[in-house]
Amino acid sequence: MKMTVAQKIIARASGRDSVQPDEVLWVDVDLAMMHDSSGPRRIWPALVKLDVGVWDPDRIVLVADHYVPAADVQAATILTTTRKFAAAFGIERFHEAQGIAHTLIVEKGYARPGMLYVGADSHTCTGGVMGCLALGVGSTDMLGVVTTGRTWLRVPHTIRVNVEGRLPAGVTAKDLILTIIGDHGMDGGLYQVLEFTGSAIAAMTMQERSVLTNMCAEIGAKSGIVPADAVTVAHLAALGIEADAGPFSDPDAEYSDVWNYDAATIEPVVARPNKHDDVVPISALGAPRVNRAYIGSCTGAKYEDLAMAAEVLKGREVAATVLLQVAPASRAALQQAMSDGTAQTLMEAGAHVLSTGCGACPGIGTGILAAGEVSISTTNRNARGRMGSPDSSVYLGSPYAVAAAAVAGHIVDPRDFIGANS
Amino acid sequence: MSTIDGKVWKFGDNIDTDVIVPGKYLVHDLPEIAKHVLEGVRPEFAEQVRSGDIIVGGSNFGTGSSREMAPRGLQAAGASAIIARSFARIFFRNCINVGLPPVECADADLIEEGQRVSIDLGVGKITVIDTGRELDAVALPDEIGEILNAGGMENYLAAKFHRTST
Repeated sequence: MKMTVAQKIIARASGRDSVQPDEVLWVDVDLAMMHDSSGPRRIWPALVKLDVGVWDPDRIVLVADHYVPAADVQAATILTTTRKFAAAFGIERFHEAQGIAHTLIVEKGYARPGMLYVGADSHTCTGGVMGCLALGVGSTDMLGVVTTGRTWLRVPHTIRVNVEGRLPAGVTAKDLILTIIGDHGMDGGLYQVLEFTGSAIAAMTMQERSVLTNMCAEIGAKSGIVPADAVTVAHLAALGIEADAGPFSDPDAEYSDVWNYDAATIEPVVARPNKHDDVVPISALGAPRVNRAYIGSCTGAKYEDLAMAAEVLKGREVAATVLLQVAPASRAALQQAMSDGTAQTLMEAGAHVLSTGCGACPGIGTGILAAGEVSISTTNRNARGRMGSPDSSVYLGSPYAVAAAAVAGHIVDPRDFIGANS
Repeated sequence: MSTIDGKVWKFGDNIDTDVIVPGKYLVHDLPEIAKHVLEGVRPEFAEQVRSGDIIVGGSNFGTGSSREMAPRGLQAAGASAIIARSFARIFFRNCINVGLPPVECADADLIEEGQRVSIDLGVGKITVIDTGRELDAVALPDEIGEILNAGGMENYLAAKFHRTST
């Protein structure tokens, strides 16, 4: 039985030699993640009622990222509950205000090649960048995982997304994944795993690759995966973690579909408000005005995203009509940006740097939008009301596009700002 | 598995959890959340939905965040089942875990607003009571039906831990 990498991971986790798509199976979980919103406040009362503890505190990662810093007493109470839970159950991999869970999972090397990783958040699929099968679930599913170490799943079909060539200057993984979502629709990958292959993927950094796996949630996929290669192994080695490349799909594994892309043809795009699969090239957009610009979230505020924004903002100023906010995806991202002048460039251009965390992206933290406000954002979703008022509008774009719009006061081709069009 | 019948509220494709329960309400408790479900697309829904009513959606129902308050909020507002052409997978799992039957039906579009339907979960059949028309639905695999039959994951786990401890 020839299998894709996702099927191999499931076979191993279910104690079988092979599995078939559409089978429903129980699997052992290697790593579980929950955060302040989905975790302790939701499952602790049930643990008390069931009178059980957690199956293995060393396989659980707990991150306080949604409600940091607390904007009101309710949020502060959620954070207190999270902290107490970590202490009560001996969870050592607990991080409060250190970064967004999905960023930390990669940054700290918690997810490893071949793992079956379950997280109580829809962007858990980001972790697939480590070559593991990363599955998002809800809180009560997580209750089952942390009490038993097991969960059920339906074996997915796999779509191979093969991207050859090189992205042009000023064009990013965000433009690529938005283009893919625009082509196939927000339900284009429903129940399936997207496996990214090809020379363009091989040439990408871990941070850029993670944008692809992150936004597999926005195409309805079960997850996204970049099988571990030399780049993954080097990332882990830098953390002092030894790992091998793979597992890989068998050469003649059966894919439900193959989507081929030539990276050289991708151009800067945005998703228009309220529908993240309404994707259009910036060159065909007109120049809609924005009054807010947001660089944040697990998708678009890692160090490399901040550096892209700085490339545009160097020696320029944010338009007087725009408020540019930057919420770094982790403390480490901000520290790196401070050490090489990236953060200074952002500040000098007029950006407001907020605390690390999910921030305004899910409409919970500071920096949310009022009725009538129009934002361009490096985040992943723009459903009506996502970032605040139901009558606000959010365009999704790359860090280059957000920074360029912040300077111009309207959406504009960012390649003109970094000399890529000359 | 049981039979459910109720009056239909019809929605379109890609109904997002940000629309079902906007993030700003997530600090509140369930009764308060239930007052705001789906207000982004149908402001009158939360007030007018009655206990036992059935929601019918199109493709990818419940797309977006993993927030379990989306199915819990709909359930607390009165919904007894959700029928859709397809579901976002986390929303589907969350429905099972909170004991709100998610029913996949390729012909969900043929059901109209305000009709009464009855759902036989065991065999996977939907009957439009007004017209007598029968539609095929996907019956849940036994492994998953067991969780739904228990009334959700918490009850399922309670039975499991009780059984292994005695």
